[in-house]
Amino acid sequence: MQKFSALSLLREALRGHKGWGRQWDAPEPRTEYDVIIVGAGGHGLATAYYLAKEHGVTNVAVLEKGWLGGGNTGRNTTIIRSNYLYDESAGIYDHAVKLWEGLSREINYNVMYSPRGVMMLAHNVHDVQVFKRHIHANRLNGVDNEWLTPEQAKEFCPPLNISRSARYPVVGAALQRRGGTARHDAVAWGYARAASDRGVHIIQNCEVTGIDRGPDGAVSGVQTTRGPIRAKKIAVVVAGHTSVLMEMAGVRMPLESYPLQALVSEPVKPCFPCVVMSNTVHAYISQSDKGELVIGAGTDQYTSYSQTGGLHILTHTLDAICEMFPMFTRMKMLRTWGGIVDVTPDRSPILAKTPVKGLYVNCGWGTGGFKATPGSGHVFAHTIARDEPHAINAGFTLERFRTGRLIDEAAAAAVAH
Amino acid sequence: MLLIHCPYCEADLPELEFRHAGEAHVARPSNLADITDEQFEAFFFIRENRKGVVFERWRHLHGCGRFFNAARHSVSDKFIRTYKAGEPKPQLSEREIAAATPIGRGTPANEPIRLTGEGDGQ
Ligand SMILES: Cc1cc2nc3c(=O)[nH]c(=O)nc-3n(C[C@H](O)[C@H](O)[C@H](O)COP(=O)(O)OP(=O)(O)OC[C@H]3O[C@@H](n4cnc5c(N)ncnc54)[C@H](O)[C@@H]3O)c2cc1C
Ligand SMILES: [Zn+2]
Repeated sequence: MQKFSALSLLREALRGHKGWGRQWDAPEPRTEYDVIIVGAGGHGLATAYYLAKEHGVTNVAVLEKGWLGGGNTGRNTTIIRSNYLYDESAGIYDHAVKLWEGLSREINYNVMYSPRGVMMLAHNVHDVQVFKRHIHANRLNGVDNEWLTPEQAKEFCPPLNISRSARYPVVGAALQRRGGTARHDAVAWGYARAASDRGVHIIQNCEVTGIDRGPDGAVSGVQTTRGPIRAKKIAVVVAGHTSVLMEMAGVRMPLESYPLQALVSEPVKPCFPCVVMSNTVHAYISQSDKGELVIGAGTDQYTSYSQTGGLHILTHTLDAICEMFPMFTRMKMLRTWGGIVDVTPDRSPILAKTPVKGLYVNCGWGTGGFKATPGSGHVFAHTIARDEPHAINAGFTLERFRTGRLIDEAAAAAVAH
Repeated sequence: MLLIHCPYCEADLPELEFRHAGEAHVARPSNLADITDEQFEAFFFIRENRKGVVFERWRHLHGCGRFFNAARHSVSDKFIRTYKAGEPKPQLSEREIAAATPIGRGTPANEPIRLTGEGDGQ
């Protein structure tokens, strides 16, 4: 692997940048692998990387029906935070934040992790109570999260309108300073490059159309648009399409898939220093390094695989943005798009073994799994390599919907995250 | 925004008047206290979530207020038909399904890039 450094940049600058080779291989699929990962989003690629790096499992293929990072990984608003309520959630999301902190160096690829702070606005008494409860729970788990008055919130984010006459007055905010953003594409590309360097095969334009099982019921391979491929371990990491894939192995899932949209504005000079989220009025906003405002909207109310959502969902979000940040009322929006997110009943993910031997699933990240990408890949690789969960994902089972041991972030936040 | 036909009001009306109310034809067991955890899970948490024809409940919240069912294609989002609550799951004809199925296959974005142009008549 060609290493990126100040020196290599300088050398290439002098050679007209003609020496940059391909960053990951495009091999022909083998007939058999030790592990097949279905889905080359951030979570699937990170899983492959940690399988190779931490567990020495390198005979691995990541099969992707489209292009790598073209699913929700390349469509999300890149908010990273770990101030969730429950111990299990704090465990996995904070594990991810700690990995984000060293990721660019570790994989020698600039993922542009920017801990610029994530501020969540409280607009009513209920918000205040919920946020303060989160802050206390987070403190017990060693996760940073602090309460701000409206004035402190405005100091942290000057464009914020804290007027008492605002339609949704700001009565306070919870701030996680270690929260922030990262460059979504770079995360997919960086993990792809690092995994490929360790011998992992990344095979694009290869849709999995069936999961084969042997006489003992265990998985034996997959059918793909590029022919059958054998493996004794198959990991499904396909976000919105999880129900479809698991159905191929006869496993029914507690999931529903919804469109979720985002949009960006025309690029402008740096004017927005942090990430602001408002669950109550439903708007998320930050500014990318290119200068665009990156705005997250809500899900549509109906299940769908269309990858497009209703326009009224976007306008609803923009109404809220303009109300909270009057200086943006004249901004032009450039692009909108949608992804399909897989939502569990308790809004927590599933990273687990399944009732089918050799079949593993990592799904249910819904509207908020980008932030977990490194942590998820790290513990899921452990689950696959050792055939048992890592302590951090031990609670994120599929059985919890039978035992009732939910990790009910849905009730804790009552909205998307 | 979807245009939805309320079978009670007998009119096509904007989605904003309606609330989606989850998968249809999920029968609530009348003996909830006696069923096993497995049966409860299947009733309460497991969902078909199909890519294709789905049967779902809607409520005409800002209208007549009544619940009804719909058959819709979850890739094109086109309604095949709506019908009143309590009516059995309809048998859909091939033609009805074909009319709601998107041209080409699967989702519009992030599908395999066909380099040879073979296949599905896009
Ligand atoms: C608009 C939007 C905004 C979001 N904002 C945030 C945010 O601010 N913060 C946050 O933390 N999260 C956010 N999320 C959620 C986040 O994007 C996802 O949870 C996360 O990216 C999921 O990653 P993944 O690798 O599991 O899935 P994906 O990136 O979707 O990867 C799954 C891959 O599987 C492939 N696949 C599917 N079926 C098959 C098949 N049959 N064969 C082969 N391959 C297949 C797909 O093509 C896809 O590339 C947002 C999501 C959306 C849509
Ligand atoms: Zn009606």
